[in-house]
Amino acid sequence: MSGLWNAMPRHGQALVVVLLAVLLFAPAVADRYVLSVLTLVFYFAYVGQAWNLMMGFAGQLSLGHALYVGLGGYVAALLWLFFGIGPWLGVVPAVLVATAFGVAIGWLGFRFSIEGVYFALLTIAFAEFTRIAFDHIGISGGAGGLFIPFQADRSSEWWNLRGGQVSFYYIALGLAVGAVVLAAALLRSRLGYQWLAVREDPVAAQALGINVFRAKMKAVVISAAMTGVGGVFHAFYYGNLFPAQVFDIARSIEIILGPIVGGLGTVFGPVVGAFLLTPMGEGLIMLTHALGISAPGAKAVFYGLILMVIISLKPTGLWPWLSRMFRLEARKS
Amino acid sequence: MMSSIVANVVVQGVLTGLVYGLMALGLSVIFGVVRVVNFAHGEFAVIGMYAAFLLFAHYQLDPLIALVPIAIAFFALGYGLQVTLVQRFVGRAEHEQFILLVGLAIIIVNGLLMIFGPDARPANLPYSFDSFMVGSLIIDKARLYAAIAAVVVAVLLFLFFAYSRTGTAIRACADNLTGAAVVGLNIKRLYALTFGLGLACVGAAGSLLVTIADASPSLAPAYTLLAFTIVIIGGLGSMAGALIGGVLIGISEALAGFFISPSMKSMFSFALLIIVLVLRPQGIMGRRA
Repeated sequence: MSGLWNAMPRHGQALVVVLLAVLLFAPAVADRYVLSVLTLVFYFAYVGQAWNLMMGFAGQLSLGHALYVGLGGYVAALLWLFFGIGPWLGVVPAVLVATAFGVAIGWLGFRFSIEGVYFALLTIAFAEFTRIAFDHIGISGGAGGLFIPFQADRSSEWWNLRGGQVSFYYIALGLAVGAVVLAAALLRSRLGYQWLAVREDPVAAQALGINVFRAKMKAVVISAAMTGVGGVFHAFYYGNLFPAQVFDIARSIEIILGPIVGGLGTVFGPVVGAFLLTPMGEGLIMLTHALGISAPGAKAVFYGLILMVIISLKPTGLWPWLSRMFRLEARKS
Repeated sequence: MMSSIVANVVVQGVLTGLVYGLMALGLSVIFGVVRVVNFAHGEFAVIGMYAAFLLFAHYQLDPLIALVPIAIAFFALGYGLQVTLVQRFVGRAEHEQFILLVGLAIIIVNGLLMIFGPDARPANLPYSFDSFMVGSLIIDKARLYAAIAAVVVAVLLFLFFAYSRTGTAIRACADNLTGAAVVGLNIKRLYALTFGLGLACVGAAGSLLVTIADASPSLAPAYTLLAFTIVIIGGLGSMAGALIGGVLIGISEALAGFFISPSMKSMFSFALLIIVLVLRPQGIMGRRA
């Protein structure tokens, strides 16, 4: 991390400090709605970063990240509802379960060299399989959903994710910042360089003595674990879980939009993408409401258009272009 | 008694599976030649369903006949799409093609949702509830006709690829792109034709699906996954594989729906997909790449 920080030009560092300060003090002035939008931005920056580690850094396309969100959320919610184990502790088994599925998918995929689109389909197949399975598991509420009731007497327990909007805001901010720091550290670590080598040319990487299988597995494990944590946050923030919603492929696609628009394989790409897309989507909803049109699909159509335009015109995403424009890119060390 | 029920279920599955197979055939042809994964495939199938539904609702046009104009319109759509959009992505990174078509798929699904709403639209054909009795077998008339039509379209496509000059040229592109370019084939035109043919298949399959299921936007992603599952089980790029895969999935869904629960039927398709991906990634009829 310190490497990335030191390599940043002065005005880049200033920008980061100002942005962080603004976000830290935002709850003092902003209303609930703005905070809820920002919370969503942080959440997508966080899970987007988790996906970015796997796809952007290690080059493994997952279209089933909703699986880890759902598993993390369900495990933590069930532990809370049935045993009163708070999410700050429940996050550990939640991450373990999400990671176990990640290991299974990674092992099957990489051991049997299922690559590219085939690997993406494997991840979708797992997510869909789990979605239908959860529809039929009675203990977790089946298709009818699982609910985490709001308890007014416990609303001071922010560590149990029972607090109000402001506590969720800070937790999401912490997650997003933590993910950026982790991604920056990983990118400059031995593992990070191995990932880039594997992404660019797995055969050459193997020839250099990199254990390609292990490097890929580490990417899946870290990504699944991080996404599982995101799932715990998601479940307690919204207070409900429906298999048809959390495991849906549309959720997986939502996760990957930010990093793709922002810039695959860059540390700040997922952040830029989330800051751009989430408020735009919210703005579109407000606009259609203001115009009196009830168009439930409008936001998604807009996202679809954005995806097609970005991938046609700027396949590397916005961040590389932004950083060049404002000379924010790291100085060559 | 039980065995005759199971036989009925299996026959239903085979008939449905043949229509699924036609849909998957379109995906397989596009991938086999253009090497682009059409992740909006099920979405196109559902557009075909709505087209057939509207033609039936307004003009009482039987989906078995509506299939022809729909397939022609889809051919033109596919041709145009390849020329204007997809051609630029040929040879680009897999994930970029994937994202382009995912974007298109999202637009189609939600566009349909905005136009038609989320409710399922049943096309009540006059023969929807008729059936043939063959011994102890009860065969749905609509399903049988749909399956026959699917096989006819698939055979026509097969004959086109096997015997026509253009079909041979397209196969040449699939086998050896450089060689095809060297002997002077117009690759871009052939790719556009292929994408058109692939969409014609899915359009035809869409109008046949109206006889089996009610048109609704939410079917689209499920059909995309279904088409992928079939094609991977059958072998990507293999025409016979698509039909065989379709029949296998049709049977497995019908049996799972009957013995376990209709809502769990696709779980078995996904399980089958995972098993095939791991044990035989080239599919049943596929060759090792």
